[in-house]
Amino acid sequence: MKRFFRRFIEKFIEGIFFLSSSVTTLTVLLIVVFLFREGMGVFNKTPIEEGFAIALNKNNSVKEISSLDMKNIFDQNITNWKTLGGNNDSIILFRIDDISNYFTDEQLGDSLQYVPKCISSLVDSLTGIIAFIPEKYIDKHFAGRKLPMDKISVGKFLSGKEWFPTAQPASQLGVLPLILGTLWVSLMAILIALPLGLATAIYMAEIASEKVRRILKPLIELLAGIPSVVYGFFGLIVIVPLIQKVFDLPVGETGLAGSIVLGIMALPTIITISEDAIRTTPRAMKEASLALGANKWQTIARVIIPYSMSGITAAAILGIGRAIGETMAVLMVTGNAAVIPHTILEPVRTIPATIAAELGEAPQGGLHYEALFALGCILFILTMATNLLVEYISKKRKYNKQ
Amino acid sequence: MKKIKTIALFGTIIISAVAFKLGDINIKIKGSDTVLPLSQKEAEVFMKKNPMAKITVIGGGSGVGIAAFLDGTTDIAMSSRKIKMSEKMKLQDAGKAYKEVVIANDALSIIVNPNNKVSQLTREQLEGIFTGKITNWKDVGGDDEKIIAYSRESSSGTYEFFKEHVLNNKNYGSTVLNMPATGAIVQSISQTKGAIGYIGLAYMEKTVKDVKVSYDKGKTYVEATVPNAQSKTYPITRPLYYYYLTKDAAKVKPLIDFILSADGQKIVGEVGYVPLSK
Repeated sequence: MKRFFRRFIEKFIEGIFFLSSSVTTLTVLLIVVFLFREGMGVFNKTPIEEGFAIALNKNNSVKEISSLDMKNIFDQNITNWKTLGGNNDSIILFRIDDISNYFTDEQLGDSLQYVPKCISSLVDSLTGIIAFIPEKYIDKHFAGRKLPMDKISVGKFLSGKEWFPTAQPASQLGVLPLILGTLWVSLMAILIALPLGLATAIYMAEIASEKVRRILKPLIELLAGIPSVVYGFFGLIVIVPLIQKVFDLPVGETGLAGSIVLGIMALPTIITISEDAIRTTPRAMKEASLALGANKWQTIARVIIPYSMSGITAAAILGIGRAIGETMAVLMVTGNAAVIPHTILEPVRTIPATIAAELGEAPQGGLHYEALFALGCILFILTMATNLLVEYISKKRKYNKQ
Repeated sequence: MKKIKTIALFGTIIISAVAFKLGDINIKIKGSDTVLPLSQKEAEVFMKKNPMAKITVIGGGSGVGIAAFLDGTTDIAMSSRKIKMSEKMKLQDAGKAYKEVVIANDALSIIVNPNNKVSQLTREQLEGIFTGKITNWKDVGGDDEKIIAYSRESSSGTYEFFKEHVLNNKNYGSTVLNMPATGAIVQSISQTKGAIGYIGLAYMEKTVKDVKVSYDKGKTYVEATVPNAQSKTYPITRPLYYYYLTKDAAKVKPLIDFILSADGQKIVGEVGYVPLSK
């Protein structure tokens, strides 16, 4: 009876464990599916705000306008249709809110019922007009010509160089500066953190006395427990002015500031994992090296580091993974200008910072919202690639051992 | 007997529900994050004075607030901009009549590093600086120093306001730095020599210098102060709005009357906005 009862309990606990693991897996899968479903929506839309359209005078010979040209038109950088291959006619901008400059309230009607007719006559009378108006005002009596807009393509999304998601009338969704910014900052962070972390790991594993190690280890682990916004604040007040002074720059909020902060944040990961890898070097190997007459340094450089190389690589890649996904600290110190960085001493904008800063105000289900989710997909693919790389390298390590 | 009991039970429920409803003012306010701290403070004080009132204040942005207003999921939409033509048309389509009330004003100061000798700028110069066309301080009467323009993130209400009123609806230049908070802008400008940025009037600090602004091509320059903002002589001022449906007027009137009263306007000043001029 007692045995039966114990077996029942065991089965029950097993069941709970199974359930929790399947729930976790399912949650992860659902999040990924959700992320991609929301993100892919962006490629089904045109850069024009939903429910709005661009209309031209029917005699205008311009057949299509790219979304970049659209921005330049509404920023008044392009002021003549000639630039776009049309007639020599200056461009007249018209937004729906400008309607009160052309018509009185009586003309629009007290329940705005005459608005479509007013717009139609306006578009008909001004040859240089480009009108950004609600789609529903374009009925069959409309005297102008509605401009067709292309959907956002994957290629344009990835290679576009301008990120102005709230630009009107046409959003500029080019994520290249954001991807490059993220990679720049993460790679530099690892270049800063790896030598420092590796040195600390070797020191702690091989050189330091047990007493020193016992003080150092918890201190380094404490570094991992500091909230990232504190790092960001520290970076803004200490590192940013320092960089500005040292490099004599006009502005201190640069990719380098982000890299330094991220480097400090990635240190605990790198130190802990590479120290573990160094410690797994078999005692027999170390002693064989020493017995052959190699001194301590030769043993470290020729035996221990080559043996634990795959572990150190894994530490570096996990550190990069940490850096790629970090949000708050980077948001505060990199300046967040969406330009393609040519050096690390320029402001950059990273993907996580963009999502964190913009998602709050992006209308749900809209183009901007979906574009941010698409950015999330890119980030997910980046971090998944680094994780797969770690998996691959640690598998290789097992193979080497046999 | 059982029937009587049931009836009695339902009766009490209905009566108590009605009584609850009568004594209760239940108002939902949603919208602009700029107006949010003000609405919260006003609601707090109002609820202290009227213990029966229950006011829920939710942020999310002016656009979100007006969208919720259209759906009927909020009683009051707070907004840091005037309702747009397109939104007006949607309300018209839904057959809803609404009222607009200005509850306070907000002004933006243009700030630079204290070591910058430029002390006044025209709107056209500001437009050039923030769209990236003017890149050196010597072009606007300063030293030969690169201009570093700081802006808020695009999710901020001030971002749109500045774009509409100062940049004439043009887009910011891509080299403009975006900061997540007003505090970060003040910090960065205080430590960067060529910096320029904009902040709410209330956030002005000693570590930065404010610049006089001209909207008439340099004829008169006006300093960003509360009295100037109140009299509208300072140009970068915007009203903060509440929108409510005409049919809800009776319900929201006590709250709006309170905000417009002297006590309510005192709170406006305390939260850091510009009280309405009486």
